[in-house]
Amino acid sequence: MVQSQTLTSRLVNILITALLIIIAFMSLAPMLNTISISISSSTAVNAGRVNFLPIDINFSSYEKILNDTKFWNSFVISVERVVLGGAINMLLTILMAYPLSRSVGQFKSRNIYMWVIIFTMLFSGGIVPWYMVISELKLINTIWALVLPGAVPVFNVILLMNFFKGIPKELEEAAFMDGAGPLTILVRIFLPVSLPSLATITLFVIVGHWNNFFDGIVLINDNNKIPLQTYLQQLSLTRDQMQNLTVEQLQQYNKISNTTLNSAKILVSMIPIMLIYPFLQRYLIHGIVLGSVKE
Amino acid sequence: MAQTETELSRRPHIPLRNSRIRQRMNGLTYHAMLLPGMIMLFIFSIVPMFGAVMAFQRFIPAKGISRSPWVGLDNFTYMFQLPDSQQIFINTMVIAVGKIVLGLIVPIVFALLLHEVRLKMFKSTVQTIVYLPHFMSWVVLGTMLTMIFSYDGMVNNLLELLGLERIMFLASNTWFRPLLILTDTWKEFGYGTIIYLAALTAINPALYESAALDGANRWKQMLHITLPGIFPTIVLLGTLSLGNVLNAGFDQVFNMYNPLVYETGDIIDTFVYRMGLINMQYSFATAIGLMKSVISFVLIIISYKLASKYAGYRIF
Repeated sequence: MVQSQTLTSRLVNILITALLIIIAFMSLAPMLNTISISISSSTAVNAGRVNFLPIDINFSSYEKILNDTKFWNSFVISVERVVLGGAINMLLTILMAYPLSRSVGQFKSRNIYMWVIIFTMLFSGGIVPWYMVISELKLINTIWALVLPGAVPVFNVILLMNFFKGIPKELEEAAFMDGAGPLTILVRIFLPVSLPSLATITLFVIVGHWNNFFDGIVLINDNNKIPLQTYLQQLSLTRDQMQNLTVEQLQQYNKISNTTLNSAKILVSMIPIMLIYPFLQRYLIHGIVLGSVKE
Repeated sequence: MAQTETELSRRPHIPLRNSRIRQRMNGLTYHAMLLPGMIMLFIFSIVPMFGAVMAFQRFIPAKGISRSPWVGLDNFTYMFQLPDSQQIFINTMVIAVGKIVLGLIVPIVFALLLHEVRLKMFKSTVQTIVYLPHFMSWVVLGTMLTMIFSYDGMVNNLLELLGLERIMFLASNTWFRPLLILTDTWKEFGYGTIIYLAALTAINPALYESAALDGANRWKQMLHITLPGIFPTIVLLGTLSLGNVLNAGFDQVFNMYNPLVYETGDIIDTFVYRMGLINMQYSFATAIGLMKSVISFVLIIISYKLASKYAGYRIF
């Protein structure tokens, strides 16, 4: 009896392991395909012969990218945006999460702020008035247009606030008795123990800025000032140009567009995320506190 | 001395001397800490809300909001008459509901599978891999998926290998919606397991031990220990997803659609973008966007009320 159970259990283990390997492979499949395409010859790619293995391996696409000033120009703008926007996001998130993590007894206006903040997260005036405000402030075509409108990542503020709330009261009591003010308590006591949450939010903030393509389309008209994702987005045909295409023309277009080069470009654009991701992703499970469920 | 001690324990957060002044000082610091963020929210979130009144105007940029003519509900009546906008509401809901349902089921199944793995290294490697697509932009994934699902792409090569016919996934009104739903689920399911895995870490291992002693096999343990362990989380996420019924995912659709599939793939957000910022029908676009915002807002409030009633959930 015991013997047979371990046997089935072993079979189940093998089955589950195999299934997980297949699923993990599927998660990587598009990337593997893109890597193969980026180092194959255009002829093989356009003939639709490249799947997971590259054909006629060459690195000419990557050599072309090295000399592509427009690509690197946009790359630098994206880096600037991540550094500047990320710093503003983190600063404001920390500054807002701390007072909001206080109880109403400690901070009377807490709930009023909370309602206003939640309201801005749930309701929006729409894209046209949003654009007009940014345009009135003369931010169009500046890096500030990419940084200031999203300066407060409300969702992250709530994540960090909930994490702060879970910190045992005893930790801050001693400091409070010694006469420490809110800023001291925040910097000396709360931040050092909030590493998982701060790491998670840092990952969200960096990825958010790096991946955003939309505000670059709407708020930047000067092609020398667009961030990398917007640059990549515009490599594909604009929708207006596509408006009148037939199925055959669309197929034809896919043939002549430079698939190998574009594949290499999107892969290079992923490098910064791939570099920070392994270090920050392990904090995810403990860093995300979405809210509380009453016991 | 005894009296001091009882008073201390009664008001543990406030030292005896200057407590009132100190509390007021702290309050001021709290306001000051919130100020920069609140200014930003006011300018970029709250001011545009007032700007949404242009939904009730025939907005003329040269005149601004203050001098543009008011037209009452004309933009909304026009919206309800236009066959396009009905189609767009339908597309949005079909795509969004498809994503909600799959986005709920797949992560649960995957978390349960992952939970059965004992080998830590293998488990964390799989996790790292399946989370990855969540952190990639729809521009990048849109390009990749367009290549894979194109007429001579990898998926069609596979179909041909299996003796099936090639399909124009990206230009077919039959296939485009399923494609959106499946690829979105593919991108997000791994990340979606995080919250379940967090719930699973809270299950007491002793439960499994005693169940094993009682002769419960793994299937029974999963049914009677693991699943009940994450059930509150499932109910919670299911309820909260109600607020997403009109969110079909702008970034994905914008990077994958083309005019051939507008009929089934054009959603409220992409339509509003094209109307408002490309065709410059400012008031009409704002009216549709406002309609969506109001409905979503009501749905979210309902979902939070349900979540707090049945799951005891509070966001703050």
